[in-house]
Amino acid sequence: MSQTLFEKIWTRHVVETLPDGTALLYIDRHLVHEVTSPQAFEGLRLAKRRVRRPELTIATMDHNVPTDDRTVIRDPISKAQIDALAANCREFGVTLYDLASDRQGIVHIIGPELGLTLPGTTIVCGDSHTSTHGAFGTLAFGIGTSEVEHVLATQCLTQKRPKTFQIEFTGRPGPGVTAKDLILKLIGTIGTSGGTGHVFEYAGEAVRRLSMEQRMTICNMSIEAGARAGMIAPDDTTFQYLAAGKRPFAPKGAAFDQAVAFWKTLPSDPDAAFDKTLTLDAAQIAPQVTWGTNPGMVVDVTGRIPVPDAVPGASRRDVEQALAYMGLTPGTPMTEIAVDTVFIGSCTNARIEDLRAAAAIFKGRKTAPRVRVLVVPGSQQVRAQAEQEGLHTIFQQAGCEWRQSGCSMCLGMNPDQLKPGERCASTSNRNFEGRQGKGGRTHLVSPEMAAAAAIAGHFVDLRTWS
Amino acid sequence: MEPFKTHRGLVATLDRANVDTDQIIPKQFLKSILKTGFGEHLFQDWRYRADGTPDPAFELNAPRFTGASILVTRKNFGCGSSREHAVWAVQQAGFRIVIAPSFADIFHTNSTKNGLLTVELQEAEVEEIFQMVGRYTGLEATVDLEHQRVTLHLPEELSFHFEMDGTVDLEHQRVTLHLPEELSFHFEMDGGVKEHLVLGLDAIGLTLQHDATITAFERRHDPQMGPQRYGV
Repeated sequence: MSQTLFEKIWTRHVVETLPDGTALLYIDRHLVHEVTSPQAFEGLRLAKRRVRRPELTIATMDHNVPTDDRTVIRDPISKAQIDALAANCREFGVTLYDLASDRQGIVHIIGPELGLTLPGTTIVCGDSHTSTHGAFGTLAFGIGTSEVEHVLATQCLTQKRPKTFQIEFTGRPGPGVTAKDLILKLIGTIGTSGGTGHVFEYAGEAVRRLSMEQRMTICNMSIEAGARAGMIAPDDTTFQYLAAGKRPFAPKGAAFDQAVAFWKTLPSDPDAAFDKTLTLDAAQIAPQVTWGTNPGMVVDVTGRIPVPDAVPGASRRDVEQALAYMGLTPGTPMTEIAVDTVFIGSCTNARIEDLRAAAAIFKGRKTAPRVRVLVVPGSQQVRAQAEQEGLHTIFQQAGCEWRQSGCSMCLGMNPDQLKPGERCASTSNRNFEGRQGKGGRTHLVSPEMAAAAAIAGHFVDLRTWS
Repeated sequence: MEPFKTHRGLVATLDRANVDTDQIIPKQFLKSILKTGFGEHLFQDWRYRADGTPDPAFELNAPRFTGASILVTRKNFGCGSSREHAVWAVQQAGFRIVIAPSFADIFHTNSTKNGLLTVELQEAEVEEIFQMVGRYTGLEATVDLEHQRVTLHLPEELSFHFEMDGTVDLEHQRVTLHLPEELSFHFEMDGGVKEHLVLGLDAIGLTLQHDATITAFERRHDPQMGPQRYGV
């Protein structure tokens, strides 16, 4: 019978179908970070349980970590949480990439870098952006702390089978239009709950032409449309990424060839049926900028702040609340909105290609007066690579701050936060109220758009800006 | 986990759609390594003014909602981050049930694991509850999980005084409407989730009963690739 990519992976991981119809699903990789794990480890201790497969469990610290001087964590509560992860990993025998490791970074950046993320596998993590790993043709989704404990103890989860939703991006995006713009356009089209209960599979010419890192950007934000996960079928682009030789956990030699033969069986069969489908023409998509307080509140950069009655799927009250919080007036052109801060980072857009794209804009230019720009690489490996290429010099000469890796201002659990009223062009994934700092105002954009806003001092249409 | 059968309590409304987990419990409270202490920070940034005093403009701060245990809100409640702290915060602020037209997937799962009941009603039904809460202070509801019903307890009568010309002898000068005593809605609930909640089951303990099956699966499954050793 014809199967989708999702169905092939799901079927291979069902340990047992339970009487109520849910599946006991096997988990191949469990990624752990400091914020959503301490109560789970404590649960194991209280119930006198062990970690069933510590060798399939990999931890790092990313949410709380300072990005300036990482040898000193001034916030004692952050420090306690980071120390708790280190102690738990020691006690339960879990591999930890800590702040001293040159492999430390945002959990969703280091998984692929290390070759932990492989096609056809299942990956979970106590973090909603686990959907990132789906770029490899992996079934990867975020879980809460109870399920973290469940996977630690059993290496399984009980799951109701989600529905499938194919999103096809036909055509080729124009210059200045990135993977970030494709995913923001999708969320703007179907809304922040448009994918609830579904696993997305992204397909179409525009997706096939994307690099692995751009595919990760798309899959990363699947959760912002409410989807359980987002996936892209593995192809030569995927295999080349995994063959790059710098991925310690990826198979090598004959094992790699065998793996590729298996991975080639994974793409959805041509006549496989999806519960839902949607087609978007990538050639028609413009650079996107969010204006509101969820990622579905987004317009083309050539657009204007909407009037409260004219937003499909949002009530007048929701739009008015969003505009009041954002301090914006209906009818204002997006290109007239000035920014105080620019954040280039996060599991959405802090890989080396993102930094190269931003650096290409910054090269030979200066940031606008009074605009603060943070460039936070997604991992220490990305940081090292960027420095080897001299990108850090370009950023610093332009007036940007060049930081150590971590989640940083995506959610401001560390000292990198917006002040009340500050307006930020951010390459991260959520523009929720207070997300980047209480009272802070976030506009989500691509790295290129963020860099251009840093230089111009306001949003610009990359396609016509010089 | 405490079993959930039926619960009667005061209903409070929060008229916002897409309430995300960053609003439910802001990031600064996620640094705790404990499972307690979140209730007082539920909706922190909406609930308190800069000086730390409750903001009277925030609807859940209304005195009429003090002691509420049933929260009724709009679609896609709990979207965003996977933080289970959001569920702990809702529970520790006194809520046993959240009613909305829809919930984000991870929030829904996290709720189930902690015995917080998430009830999905039709958008029009939720709207009706909003109207009723707007009309009657102290409106209570019973949520019966076993029979999958939400019942609003209306006051039996609603009466109005009217002015009369003194020559007409109508002793009490009142018009009284006789209301149906209750308004009730059916809700759908996944059978497995319902059993889990009604019995208050330990999910990990249940899975560990399948230990032999998991071990057998592990023998034939290569977690590097798939169950068939590279599948070829």
